[in-house]
Amino acid sequence: MPYLVHSPEDREAMLESIGVRSMDDLLVDIPQPLRARGLELPAGLSEFETMAIVSSLASRNRVFADRLTFRGGGVYRRFIPAAVAAVTSKPEFYTAYTPYQPEASQGTLQAIYEFQTLIAELTGLDVANASLYDGATAVGEAAMMAHTHTGRNEVVVHGYLHPEYTEVLRTFADARGIKVRKGGEANAKTAAVILQQPDFLGLLVDARGITESAHQAGALVIACVDPISLAILAPPGEYGADIAVGEGQQLGLAPSYGGPHVGFIACRRELVRRLPGRLVGSAHDAAGRRGFVLALSAREQHIRREKASSNICTNHSLCALAASVYMTYMGPIGMRQVAEVSFKRAHALAGRLAALPGWGLAFPERQFLYEFPVRVPNPRAVIKKLGRKGILGGLDVSRWFRELKGVVTFTCTEVNDVAALDELMAALES
Amino acid sequence: MTEPLSFELSRPNAPSPRLPGADAAGPGSGDLLPGDQLRKREPALPRLSEPEIMRHYSKLASLNFSISEQFYPLGSCTMKYNPVANEAAASLPGFAQLHPYQDEETVQGALELMWRLEKALCAVVGVDRVTLQPAAGAHGEWTALRMIKAYQHSKGEARSEVLVPDSAHGTNPASAALSGFQVVEVKSGPDGRISLADLESKLSPRTAALMLTNPNTLGLFERQILDIAELVHAVGAMLYYDGANLNAFMGICRPGDMGFDAVHMNLHKTFTTPHGGGGPGAGPVGVKAELVPFLPRPTVERANGHLTLDFKRPQSIGRVRSFYGNFGMLVRAYTYIVAMGGDGLTQASRDAVLSANYLRKQVEDDLEMPHEGPCMHEFVASARNLHDNGVRALDIAKALLDRDFYAPTVYFPLVVPEAIMVEPTETESKPTLDRFAQAIKEIVAEARTNPQALHDEPRHLPVGRLDEVAAARRINAYLTGQSEDPILRWKGPEQSVR
Repeated sequence: MPYLVHSPEDREAMLESIGVRSMDDLLVDIPQPLRARGLELPAGLSEFETMAIVSSLASRNRVFADRLTFRGGGVYRRFIPAAVAAVTSKPEFYTAYTPYQPEASQGTLQAIYEFQTLIAELTGLDVANASLYDGATAVGEAAMMAHTHTGRNEVVVHGYLHPEYTEVLRTFADARGIKVRKGGEANAKTAAVILQQPDFLGLLVDARGITESAHQAGALVIACVDPISLAILAPPGEYGADIAVGEGQQLGLAPSYGGPHVGFIACRRELVRRLPGRLVGSAHDAAGRRGFVLALSAREQHIRREKASSNICTNHSLCALAASVYMTYMGPIGMRQVAEVSFKRAHALAGRLAALPGWGLAFPERQFLYEFPVRVPNPRAVIKKLGRKGILGGLDVSRWFRELKGVVTFTCTEVNDVAALDELMAALES
Repeated sequence: MTEPLSFELSRPNAPSPRLPGADAAGPGSGDLLPGDQLRKREPALPRLSEPEIMRHYSKLASLNFSISEQFYPLGSCTMKYNPVANEAAASLPGFAQLHPYQDEETVQGALELMWRLEKALCAVVGVDRVTLQPAAGAHGEWTALRMIKAYQHSKGEARSEVLVPDSAHGTNPASAALSGFQVVEVKSGPDGRISLADLESKLSPRTAALMLTNPNTLGLFERQILDIAELVHAVGAMLYYDGANLNAFMGICRPGDMGFDAVHMNLHKTFTTPHGGGGPGAGPVGVKAELVPFLPRPTVERANGHLTLDFKRPQSIGRVRSFYGNFGMLVRAYTYIVAMGGDGLTQASRDAVLSANYLRKQVEDDLEMPHEGPCMHEFVASARNLHDNGVRALDIAKALLDRDFYAPTVYFPLVVPEAIMVEPTETESKPTLDRFAQAIKEIVAEARTNPQALHDEPRHLPVGRLDEVAAARRINAYLTGQSEDPILRWKGPEQSVR
């Protein structure tokens, strides 16, 4: 049997050492009526047979080439340096446990400390945590922070926040009796205004203006940001947002049908004690050597139980490691170049798409980076046609927003080369 | 041995990577965007060449213990071998390269995998449906409590309390509180099991649910589980199963048969997906029929061999995360289940119980055993017998690290003073268990003869015991504005001057 280590002789010897005759003697506490006789599952297989089954499932999925993928909506194709997988596939990282014993976990702890610093630098805020599950739960957690900090019971969602993030936010809010309001100004009941920059459609919002008016009402501002965009755009810390959250998939993680990816959260100094999840800090041993430890644990469930700032235990450490390797590999210049190339490619594509007969930019007066909404005659037929040519076309956003009927968002990154853009245009014009 | 931070290794003139599209033409962001949208100060990311980066992370890796190199007798955490075939499966392009918004027709294999995994998990725990969406165990607990609340609300009930045993994981009360419930603690009796009398006194029409781990965190099976279920259901409340200890009884018994209405499972414990130094994991939740309408959306449905995502679930609690869960972890768990089969999973649990009892027997004369055996897949010992020598559970933990064993879980559960919680799992061989028992014997002997030596351990690791109290004091100084060094992140010398 795969992965089991005891031989029948080992089992006999162990039973004898314990002083019992059979396994049943060890299971005496389980009432007889509850005893099952095995599992109603097929018998185990060799690795060869197992992989044949699993591979045949994989082969029933259609994989679109990176360069011919123009769909985003929260998950993007980007160039991932080989360094990322080379590091995350080191068993010393991926088979390690949560670093409760710091002396035996310095590799993981230091990597998280570096991640926290990288995210704090990118967002321009004081402190970031060790990671969260994804961008959606990061929004939910940030809203809970704002609620406990202000004692107010409403959050306002500005504009086009990712619809799945809004759904998750509602689930968080329902649990605590908090109201989620879409649009409108903050008032004395508002704990936080949540903005997404760029928004779900890819468009830039007036983050500075929204922040100012929210602060005037005494509300906090939660900025949900795209980490690559922060190489170009003013970071939340520069325009005065109190909390920054986001999805880190673009930082070296495969799409993997939506997960695992990594959420991040950073905040101003005054809010640090309300942060959910793990935080790593630096410390010293008796010999004066620097090391890293889990810090401010008094916020956490294993210490505070029902009074904890969140229930998070396992988070997304390995994905945070991938993101750290990516950001370190890129450095400030590489990050900027990735964002800038995507910007140029997307603007070239936007111009060409808008010039197609019957097509046009959905919001021509608005700025964008590398994802943008286009008005498309008969989106369903267009996307289907592209699919037949091996192209994953844009995302029909009317699925979530009725007022956006006929609007499709297209995404262009550094992996969509000029020839790919030509192929897309040729397919559309055919 | 320590390694500098990437920020400290950074060199201002280190070469930047060569990236695709450097030749991209046309106006850039500086030409098209208004100035107030643009970043003013460049982020201080490190600048390092690829060879330096690879060496940095290899050095960091060498500072870690991991299941690939060490035995982790970590109670309640089920640190078993992570099969490498799982990793190969998850990295197949047909899984790793799927976009979550691809059309259903193009992801039939992914949906089929999720559907089969759901069916397998249903069979293991004895429930009707499973949601694969939660990203971790605590996330699953919270998801289940949201469903229980929605179900009770649909019946016009507003139940406000969740009962949690004093031996429970900290996530239980935290998840209940974050779901808007009052937490009421239920006491354990002298035999380490839940006190039925105390439970009865705390059950009322206000009770929404009892959260229970079985076997409990002491590694003991709650023998009176059927009576507990009856009492809980008699007041109209639900019984919630914390699946942290599911590794104890796959194929031996099922939470669904014990009367549990909702069950979470940790795929990163029982089903061998790696812990990753603290995630990602996955925490699917199984439910009985009456809770099915409240499952998070979407669910995966199968009709005539065709698979679909069902978003039209009017009573659903909504989403608990984006997309469909930690799909990559689902692939790993499914691969493991196929390889093991029903017979293999059953044997795995039997071996886990056997190994725990064997190891318990080997160290029962060295440490105190507060509760009578047999245990299930783990046991809790106490270092109280070394109190007079001035040696604590923490000292034993650190001394084990120095002998190349990861430490057991210590000071948990809270109901046992100086607790040392040991879970060997089925993937550690008898020779490894014997070596561990021998290490315990040596450490206990040293505790009696030379306790000071134990206080100084670990001595052979990259760092010795770190002064967490001093670190906390410095963090506090930062948070209260008395210092500009955040401790929680690196700040270069030029940056800390404001």
